[in-house]
Amino acid sequence: MLNNWKVSLVFLFVSGLVLLFIVAPLAGMFLQTTGAQYAATVSDEEVMRSIRLTLVSSLVGVIIFGILAIPLAYVLARRKFPGKGLVNGLVDLPVVIPHSAAGIALLGVISRNTWIGQAGEAAGIPFVGGMAGIVVAMAFVSIPYLINAARDGFEAVPEKLEKAALNLGASPWRVFFTISLPLAKRHVLTGLTMMWARGLSEFGAVVIIAYHPMVTPVLIWERFASFGLAYARPAAAVFVIICLVVFVLMRLLSGKPPASRHTEG
Amino acid sequence: MERNEYPVLQIHDLSVRFRAFALEDISLDVFRGDYLALLGVSGAGKTVLLEALAGLVRPAKGRILLNGSEITRDKVQSRGIGLVYQDLSLFPHLSVWKNIAYPLKNKGLSSKQSKSRVEELAGQVEIRHLLDRYPGTLSGGEAQRVALARTLASDPQVLLLDEPLSNLDVKLKGELRGVLRKIHRSGKTMIHVTHDFMEAATLATKVAVVENGRLVQHGTPEEVFRHPRNEFVARFSGIKNLFPCKVVSYASDEGLHEAIINDHVSIRYLGKDGHKSGYVMIPQEDIVVSEKPIESSATNRLEGVIREAYLSGSGMELVVESGVPFVVAVSRQSHENMKLQPGKRVWLNFKAAAVRFMDS
Repeated sequence: MLNNWKVSLVFLFVSGLVLLFIVAPLAGMFLQTTGAQYAATVSDEEVMRSIRLTLVSSLVGVIIFGILAIPLAYVLARRKFPGKGLVNGLVDLPVVIPHSAAGIALLGVISRNTWIGQAGEAAGIPFVGGMAGIVVAMAFVSIPYLINAARDGFEAVPEKLEKAALNLGASPWRVFFTISLPLAKRHVLTGLTMMWARGLSEFGAVVIIAYHPMVTPVLIWERFASFGLAYARPAAAVFVIICLVVFVLMRLLSGKPPASRHTEG
Repeated sequence: MERNEYPVLQIHDLSVRFRAFALEDISLDVFRGDYLALLGVSGAGKTVLLEALAGLVRPAKGRILLNGSEITRDKVQSRGIGLVYQDLSLFPHLSVWKNIAYPLKNKGLSSKQSKSRVEELAGQVEIRHLLDRYPGTLSGGEAQRVALARTLASDPQVLLLDEPLSNLDVKLKGELRGVLRKIHRSGKTMIHVTHDFMEAATLATKVAVVENGRLVQHGTPEEVFRHPRNEFVARFSGIKNLFPCKVVSYASDEGLHEAIINDHVSIRYLGKDGHKSGYVMIPQEDIVVSEKPIESSATNRLEGVIREAYLSGSGMELVVESGVPFVVAVSRQSHENMKLQPGKRVWLNFKAAAVRFMDS
């Protein structure tokens, strides 16, 4: 660590500015919302229904796609194969493309003109304008967080422990569920939390696939566009508070978070 | 201890290539009840051989047979060969109890059977008091015992140990040697990888030496250490009086030959004809030190000066310069009685039959 006091002072000042940059707008939003506005928003059924839909859709996405993504993360951590770099790059694609573009791309796969879209309609789970579409959009943009964190977790598990377990007579399945997964648990839980949190905040991809039913980011946007800042702010503040509470709880449950690969979505 | 001449493990022409290591054409039979020490310097490929036997590394060629059945390509989990890694690879998220019970679940034991087996194994390696602890809280010696108990729980036909004593202090080494002997006495066939010749000599019933990925010699410790087949084995087994030499004359009727070390030290030995150069080796315990030349059956008498005298085990070792430095073992009593101090002139006496010649 640099111990020159001038350098320390500059670093401290710059760090303070960055933290202020993160905290000040949020603090402003909370402080500018009055108690009466909070009370009114919490009792506004449209807002609360939207928040429930958002929390649940993201959670469903995490459960369905998370289960599928963990084996991929394990393969990326353990196997060597031609084109592995390309696959790692593909995993990061949803993070680097504009999310409205992601929504358009997804629509091309799940719209009513495609067989997937038609199969969904036939099964009573329409994608476009339905919760299933919201789940897909949220999972699409957030799945890299889980895959990357879980891959880091599996990479950190010494391969020798898996070999030792095999040598002790365990089947590869038992080795995965009793050694690899429990030892990568903290990374995997962090990845699941990050995926869920990222899914909650998704606007661009969701709005293209399902404007209705309205997830909270869309509801906030609609209130802002139709009625202005003062009307949108209480819904935004309540949503952020609920997300923060859940997020902090999940982080506490999953222990100390490992360093995440991505800081931007 | 159960012991017969039926090989439990047979290795035929095994070649393994793994990262920087390569083993070539290893052939070896391990008999039931053997304690085989696999000796070699670090990087000789000993660990890779163990991993190949355990099925964790696939051999490029060759065959491995266990009790007469080929297991070369069998699954790791169904081979019946247990491996204790050098780093032990205890599962850090499981208690000592659960570590030991891990293989028992694979065998489908009931929890009652499992409990009594864990306690039995813990008793065998004397770790009953550690069962509720986690691996991160154990000392090196304790962790080693847990790893042994865990591998024994899988009831392997052959127990492979990778440098089991390498990270322990002298006292713990002694204690663990006792545990290993106990396991061996219970009838286990064991292969113990080490780079320490003393470790091999004090534990093993058989020794195999690996040099540059090849098996250069195997046999009983006595055979290997008293009759090393080449310079590497000789040096590795701690033999100190080993000198390159030229063979200058033959007296073929008695089988007596003369070897010249450094062009001026002459040594007589018994051996076969036909060699022009090689190594002579004189075990230090076969050299008799005297103050004057003595009349005896010893053919070789060399005069020299004591350069060094130091404690070694229960006795003393002298370095005597006699054209080349000889290392000689003497008792402390002889050292005191004969005043064998540096600078003193002495005679070294040894029989021609004590000298071993190795072809270079």
